[in-house]
Formats: sequence, C-alpha cells, structure tokens
Amino acid sequence: MVYPVDAATSLDLYECMYLIRVTEEMIASRYSEGQMRCPTHLSIGQEAVPAVLSQFITTNDYAVSTHRGHAHYLAKGGNLPAMIAEIYGKETGCSKGKGGSMHLIDLSVNFMGTSAIVGNSIPIGVGLGLRAQLAKSDQITVIYLGDGAVEEGAFYEAANFAVIRGLRILFVCENNLYSVYSPLDCRQPPNRKIADLARAIGLKSYWTNGYNTEECRETLKVAVEDVRSGGGPAFVEAATYRYREHCGPNYDNDIGYRLVDECEYWQSLDPLISLRSSITETTQNGLELIAEVEERVNREVSSAFQFALSSNFPDPQKAFEGVYSKSL
Amino acid sequence: MMADDAVICYGLGTTDPRAIFGTTSGLADRFGSDRVFDMPTSENAMTGIGVGAAIAGSKVLMTHQRLDFFLLAMDQLVNSAAKWHYMFGSQTNVPITIRLIVGRGWGQGPTHSQNLQAWFAHTPGLKVIIPTSAADAKGMLFEAIFDPDPVVMIEHRWLHNSIGNVPSGRHSTPLGKAKIIKEGRDVTVVALSYLVVEALRAESILSANGISAEIIDLRSANPIDWPTIQNSVRKTGRLVVADTGFKTCSIASEVIARTSLDCFASLKTAPQRVAMPDVPEPTSFGLTKDFHADARDICKAVSNALNLETAIEIPCSNDITLHDVPGDWFKGPF
Repeated sequence: MVYPVDAATSLDLYECMYLIRVTEEMIASRYSEGQMRCPTHLSIGQEAVPAVLSQFITTNDYAVSTHRGHAHYLAKGGNLPAMIAEIYGKETGCSKGKGGSMHLIDLSVNFMGTSAIVGNSIPIGVGLGLRAQLAKSDQITVIYLGDGAVEEGAFYEAANFAVIRGLRILFVCENNLYSVYSPLDCRQPPNRKIADLARAIGLKSYWTNGYNTEECRETLKVAVEDVRSGGGPAFVEAATYRYREHCGPNYDNDIGYRLVDECEYWQSLDPLISLRSSITETTQNGLELIAEVEERVNREVSSAFQFALSSNFPDPQKAFEGVYSKSL
Repeated sequence: MMADDAVICYGLGTTDPRAIFGTTSGLADRFGSDRVFDMPTSENAMTGIGVGAAIAGSKVLMTHQRLDFFLLAMDQLVNSAAKWHYMFGSQTNVPITIRLIVGRGWGQGPTHSQNLQAWFAHTPGLKVIIPTSAADAKGMLFEAIFDPDPVVMIEHRWLHNSIGNVPSGRHSTPLGKAKIIKEGRDVTVVALSYLVVEALRAESILSANGISAEIIDLRSANPIDWPTIQNSVRKTGRLVVADTGFKTCSIASEVIARTSLDCFASLKTAPQRVAMPDVPEPTSFGLTKDFHADARDICKAVSNALNLETAIEIPCSNDITLHDVPGDWFKGPF
C-alpha cells in the first residue's frame, strides 16, 4: 500500500535532500583549496534515507551517527553554518573546532554526536534510549550505522541490550556495499541479509530501497510509529550508494575496487532526480516551486560557507581547555 | 542513590546472590530494577550505553568484578567516555563511574590480577582514583558518582575487608588529593592501593630502626596531587614510590619522573621505585611466593634511598601465614 503524499510533503523532502546534496557538492568542490583540513566523508548519493526519516521524527528525538554524518546532522535540523565552520576548524563550529567533520553535534535538535570509530556510536545511542526510558519519555533514538558496523561486536552487544529492555531505538543501517574499499563479499558470507541478521537478535527488522523515496517512506513511517508506540527496537536496512570516494572529495571508480558501471547504475536511479521529476510532472507550478526551493537552499549554503570562511580560528590556547568538565 | 534519582547502578553480578562481593547487596530491592540491574556479558557496549545514558542525564555507576574483563571496553572508555566532553566543544559531559576490582593471589593468575591504573591515567579526560581506606572508598565513590566527568575507580580485592572508621550519611572526599597518613622526616614513601598497607608495615619496621618515613597514600592517579608529594620531598629530600602496577611506564615511574624534574635540587639521593616486575602474574602458589612487592621491598628501597650501609633488620611477618592471601578472611575462589 502506498500512502498518498501531498505536494508540500514531497517538496519538503526534496528540499532536505537538495540541501544535503548541494552542501556536499560545495564541500567537494572547495576541498582542494586546502582549507577544510580534516578527513571528510561525503554523503552524496545517500541523501534519501535521512531526508525521508526526518519527516517522521521530531527535534526532541535523539540521533547519533558516524564518520559519514553530514546528511544525518542536516536532516535532523542541525545548524548548517556551524557544521561548515566545524569542517573549516573555526571557533564558530558546532564542536568549536575540537571535532571536525567526523564529530558533529547540535544539542538544540538533540543530534547528540557522531563518531569516527566504526560502531562506536551505536552503544551511545542505546544509552540515550535507556535514559529516555528511565525518564518515561516517548522520544525515540535514531542510530545511524553502515554495513561495516554490523561486523562490529558493539552492534550485537548494544542491539541485544536494546531488545532486553524494550527501548525506543531505531537502528538505520545504510548499506552502501563498501567499508572503505572492502566490498561486502569479503566481509560477510554470500546471501547474508543484514536485515535477517538483525531480526535474529530480536529487533523488528525491515529492508527498504534507499533509492526509492516512496518505498523508503512506507518502511520508515511504519518503523518509527511502531518504535514510538513502544513496540520495541527496530532495524531498517536501506540499500544505498555513495558516489564519491570513501573519504575525500573525488570519484574513485578508476582505482579498481568497484566498477564504473556500478556507480553509473546507481546514478541512473538518483533519488533526487527522480523526486524532482515527479514533483515537476505531478504538481501544478512544480517547476517554479522547485526553482524557489533550489534558489533558497543555494543561498543558504553559500552563506554558510561565507560564515565559515569569515569566522576566526579558535585561540590556540583553547586546545588545552575543556578536557574535563570540572578540573580538579 | 537516595541522594539523586538519576543515579543508576549496573554490572555483571550486581543483583546476583553474591552482589559483587557484597558491595551491591539489597540495592535492587530498595531502588528497583530500572535503576539497579544485572547486564549482558557485553563490557564494551554496556560502557557505551552508560556513556549515552550519562550524556542524556543519568549518573551511571558500573562495576566489573575483575578489571581484566573491562579491557574489552577500551573503545568506549577511551574513544567515548574520555572524549565526549572535549571533542564536542564542552557541550556535554559524561558522569560515569566505573568500579574495577583487581585480584591478587589464590591463583588469580595472568588475567585476573592486572593493576592497569597507568593505562587509564594515560588517557586525558579520565579521572582515576584508587582509594585504600574504608572511609575513602565511601567518600571518593560518592564524590565520583556526582562528579561530572568519567571516573575510573580501582579497587584492590585485598582491601575489601579493611576495617576503619567510616562516617555515616553523606560522606564525600574530594578527588585528586593524596593524603599524608603518617608524617615523617627522613624519606617520603608514596604508595597506592594495597601497597599502602605494605608501606604502613614498612613504616613500623623503619621506625623501630630509627628511620622516620612519611607515608603518602596517593589515592588519585589522575590527576596526581603534586603539591602534597613535592612538599614532602622538599622536606625529606628522598623519595620511594610503591605501585601495584607493572614497573615500566607505571604511575610510580611518572611520580619519580615529574618529581625529579620539579624537585631535582631537593633530592639528596636517587628516587626508588617499588613495583610489580614486568611479568604477568603467574598462577601457582609456588610461583607467586616471591613475586609481589611488599613491606620488605619498601624497606630495602628506603635503605637504598638513605644510602644505609647496614641492612635494616626485617622481622619475619607473623600476621600473614600464607603469601597468597591477604588474611584468614580470604578463602578464595576470587
């Protein structure tokens, strides 16, 4: 069954996906200037899942994410200029320059942090869910992870505990097929379905096509509603793909770990392009509405970069502060 | 737990009949299974879950019956607990306290007996406490639970039956402070954990030999209370450090290095280090006979520090009949 989606909802979704895409493209195009001096993992190609999910969760819900976290931060409503400033290492950055691209936070929207270590933020998210349960809150916690993280013990351990305590946790596994350059077939047995594996732990488990926004909507809506209503923790595996290299601004299909054809196949299904066409074809004034959104987002993004570039670096002395909340 | 509803307490065995050597007895009955619970055998994730709960408002107390099992949780301790405050620009804090119990003797062997305080003290962002007396165990644990930062508390199993005056009610002892437990003039002996007991034994032997030793219980391995140590060394001019950890890169090494740097002119002789050999603890009753540093080693170190030409007379210890137990109260198995 497909829920009817009104034009405004589609346009909001497109705006979120477009924001992520344009932000990431801008990072990619300016990265070689050498001013964003930290490892940076782009989400170009992976916009749809977090953007769709953002339509079902509130700013009060918690989220944690990974090294590839820009899209999750932005979809949660994280402050864009503060994220760009963080990547530039500026004092106005969301982590005041202490974290960089891989350590993003925006407490005003309960985006609680991202971690560079694979699987590391999964237990953190389960702990947020434990606290929510102890506080008798119905807020849910979204834990973003990749296909590599299900190979970490931390995933099993944390998922197991979430099931034991019946926590309001939604694990969102973006399966982009690669852990750095290592393909799934050397990391997991053939015919393994990650969603099945999660089900065996006791999570309610779903598989969805992360390149089909409508299908993704169906799945995530059901999963979020069930988790929120106390149905227990759930797991969504979403098929997706990153267009660029694991870390950095470039395409890397030429180095031999994946095929150009494969990348082109996924790009031919690009969910942004599909959604854009669908809006322009089915909505009155669709083209104008899209143009309005794109213009607004383009302005936001370029102003975020201006903000970051014009911000100061933190005082070098600040490096030595903040190790403890209460120094002894 | 009475002081604050946000305090939660868990760890493998927390609610089992043994209640972690009796230290968590009755807590679940009083405070409920939401706040006091046993856990899956998942040291790493359960540490991260504690960090997450702490970030969101819980005050977390987690206990491991042996430190060695907690090594599975290094990622969450080092990359999460210790970093979350710093790497997100001081916007969140992580009030988690992790009790780690260290075994010794009765065949605890290589993987049930490691005093790894130096590992933890080496990680910026962690506070590391090692209470020795019963009063400090209560006061420092209380302070740790309500401290906004992650605190690793190392508890030596041989100290579990220590007897001492413990203030009732809320009793809080500031973290990061060493304590002079015996004043002296001739030599400063800084000891930590169970070796404080041995240092006090050594002190009475030394005293009988006319040597006045100042005994300092370090109590905190991060931060280290430099003023207390260094004021003492400036007074005595001699330093002996006794550490339950392996010798190389130990807390004792750091105390000696830093004091040598800061008080070089005050030192009359080379500082002395008493620590575990750089060898895993063997299991056999026979193999552990001469393995651990004790009061005799501390006396020898003091003798070296004082450049004594005649050896200090060390009486045979009458209060311990077997070398691999702390006293008659300990009948194993762990």
